[in-house]
Amino acid sequence: MIRLEKRPTPSRFWLYATPIAAVLLTMVAGGLLFAAMGKNPFAVIKTIFWDPVFGEFAFYLRGQLLIKAGPLILIAIGLALGFRAGIWNIGAEGQYIIGAIVGAGVGLAFYPTENRLIFPAMILAGAFGGWLWGMIPAILKTYFNTSEILVSLMLVYVAETILAKAATGFLRNPDGAGFPGSRNFRNFEAASNPELIAGSGLHWGGVAALGVAVLAYILLTRHLLGFQIKLAGQAPRAARFHGVSPVRLVLLCMGISGALAGMAGLFEVTGPAGQITIDFNTGYGFTAIIVAFLGRLNPLGIVLAGLLMALTYVGGEMASTNLGLPAAAIQVFQGMLLFFLLAVDVLTNYRFRLGAGAPAKQGAK
Amino acid sequence: MTGTGSGTERRELLRIDGVTKAYPGVVANADVGFSVGEGEVHALLGENGAGKSTLVKMIYGLVKPDSGTMHLRGAPYAPGKPAEARRLGVAMVFQHFSLFEALTVAENVALGMETPPPMRELATRIRAVSEEYGLPLDPARLVGDLSAGERQRVEIIRCLLQDPKLLIMDEPTSVLTPQEVEILFRTLRQLSAEGTAILYISHKLEEIRALCDAATILRRGRVVATCTPREKTAREMAELMVGASLTPPERKPGPKGEVGLGVSDLSLASPIPFGTSLKGVSFTVAKGEVLGIAGVAGNGQDELLLALSGELPSDPDKVRVNSRPVGDLGPVGRRKAGLVAAPEDRYGHAAAPDMSLVENAFLTAGLRRELMHNGFIDWAKTRDFAEEIIRDYDVRTPGPDVAARALSGGNLQKFLMGRELMQGAGVIVINQPTWGVDAAAAAAIRQKILDQAAQGAAVVVISQDLDELLEVSDSFAVLNEGRLTKPRPTAGLTMDEIGLMMGGAHGMEVAHHVE
Repeated sequence: MIRLEKRPTPSRFWLYATPIAAVLLTMVAGGLLFAAMGKNPFAVIKTIFWDPVFGEFAFYLRGQLLIKAGPLILIAIGLALGFRAGIWNIGAEGQYIIGAIVGAGVGLAFYPTENRLIFPAMILAGAFGGWLWGMIPAILKTYFNTSEILVSLMLVYVAETILAKAATGFLRNPDGAGFPGSRNFRNFEAASNPELIAGSGLHWGGVAALGVAVLAYILLTRHLLGFQIKLAGQAPRAARFHGVSPVRLVLLCMGISGALAGMAGLFEVTGPAGQITIDFNTGYGFTAIIVAFLGRLNPLGIVLAGLLMALTYVGGEMASTNLGLPAAAIQVFQGMLLFFLLAVDVLTNYRFRLGAGAPAKQGAK
Repeated sequence: MTGTGSGTERRELLRIDGVTKAYPGVVANADVGFSVGEGEVHALLGENGAGKSTLVKMIYGLVKPDSGTMHLRGAPYAPGKPAEARRLGVAMVFQHFSLFEALTVAENVALGMETPPPMRELATRIRAVSEEYGLPLDPARLVGDLSAGERQRVEIIRCLLQDPKLLIMDEPTSVLTPQEVEILFRTLRQLSAEGTAILYISHKLEEIRALCDAATILRRGRVVATCTPREKTAREMAELMVGASLTPPERKPGPKGEVGLGVSDLSLASPIPFGTSLKGVSFTVAKGEVLGIAGVAGNGQDELLLALSGELPSDPDKVRVNSRPVGDLGPVGRRKAGLVAAPEDRYGHAAAPDMSLVENAFLTAGLRRELMHNGFIDWAKTRDFAEEIIRDYDVRTPGPDVAARALSGGNLQKFLMGRELMQGAGVIVINQPTWGVDAAAAAAIRQKILDQAAQGAAVVVISQDLDELLEVSDSFAVLNEGRLTKPRPTAGLTMDEIGLMMGGAHGMEVAHHVE
């Protein structure tokens, strides 16, 4: 019989080893899945994990890595702060969309004025939009005790409806011959978010993600607020005894994660996406949940996890175009990563014991 | 090493030989042996962590021994689960009740039975047993409305309905008033006279001297002595239990100063489901004075602590620290005003179990010990403070970086007491300072509390341990159903007076018809 036994203190080794073990297990299980679909599992795994960095088209795909990792990291860090405090914002996708719409709206309002201050104003507006969308579940939770999980998730679909309205209605390009979609920011220099170093994939969103990661790391390890966030998540009654107001913490965490998601949306719509379209959002807000957990809710871990997740995105796309894998198989593969991570995570606080309390040792003589 | 000197004239009911049970990192029982005769009241005595609970869990089939044998009426006895133990006539009343508050007494009893009879028949049987043993209980009442003593009666009657040969009782008197204890003892003596053996776990020595025929004393999982309690003094037994001689705390009462803490007409609804609301609580504590607040668990102690710590705010004037109104302030504001508090529940309320001792030191001391600057935590300074507590309060730990949950209850309590008492606060409120702490550590903690009072702190100690309160307090009050009696000087109070302040025996004395 195998038993689980609680460790007296959490294992440091497994805290860092679980993400690696989860990646390896995902490769094995994913390989079996691909083999069952009649593909060569080694070729698929190599296409996903190796080719984007070292393969034939790496010069282009490496740039794609940063483009995809930037928003994932930015959103995941905000989510991680909330998750640490036991506040479950599942609707970052909605905050991302609203942030993009509000930020883009501010920029387009100035079209065609060229001024250096327009882009910073757009960033602030994007953050404000995301913050606003995050405040709805936060206020409903604090005043009416609703579940922020359900409310934030449902608001994603509201946001998508508003996005459709924006792309076909109030933000539609007046010179666009009636096609849906806003003006393209590539043609509006003051409001665009170009690649900073050609071919690197790094735009202002990536810079912001790294900066926010460092700030969040300092917040969590050195600042009173970070301590309160961790305390509220681990021992809510002890947090109240310490003097944390649960209401303030919910507003703060939902606000920060909303604002960061909104900023990510703004960087995306002004950069890689280029314009507001009906489906410019590509599920970063949801994938960021996996990234947050894969990075152990630790800002620096999230940077690595974001890069890894971007790899499965880029590599997965390659695999589906080159090897004919359905997109759903790639999504299953990404889902497995979270599944195995949560499963292996048990080892941080528990250890396996074989046998049912084997009595032989003490009794026999 | 089995058997006791006394009780040889009785027929042996339960015999335990060489029982050993080890958990990772700790041997709970090592080569334990003793025997209980039919109708014998046998005490199992030892400090917290001595292995009493593990031992009775093995007898009740909850835990399997690693090695050793047990015999019941001469036949090998190895229950795989509690149901098997119950079938063979072994019943147990736990320290923490497993009752559903939203169900009636009869429904709760039925839930514990393998094949419950129809409700009406069960109600009749409950009435019959409760009258026979002088434990009045209305089968139709909701358990949520019962006092702790009455809840215990539900558990006892649940056991008695099975007609047990051996009744195990784990710390049964910790929730009872002195009068209720007396009545419980009468019931137990009656059971014993009818031939039911009782295995009685406790660390209250006077009770054991009054009730038990024989005692087995455990220390660190081993049997260190067996004795006849009536022939020993409480002090002799305590020293056997602890393995060292004990010195009672010293009191150097200083002059009483002006009022440090004043509470006036404080009424608050309880935030806890089935909790007790506070009703018009008023008292003052002078600087240098220790006010002891007694009462059976669940009479508003937790609520009073929350109301004083600031977790449950009130009108500003209801709570005053050094005449300054603080009722509307939260925990941070009250600490700033000079009031520190220590809640009862260590794992999850007073401390975050998964955080290190350093982080837990910061949890309440960050402000008064100036462990942060502009919101940034000075971890080096916090670490020094944690190490200071560990040194001054003799906390046994590998270091300040281990998680709080890795410490034993007593060690963590010492750490948490140190954290509050070393903040130089003028007002100190403590709920259950030594609950679950071994005798030596408890004595050390009480001494530290008295030292703080001697230095001029106004101290409130809320406790269910009357001996503790009589030892440390200058004035004494009782919390009963959310109301606080008028504090009286502790000197000169008798146990009878205290019992009456605690609400007597909830009307039980009239109902008893034993000759």
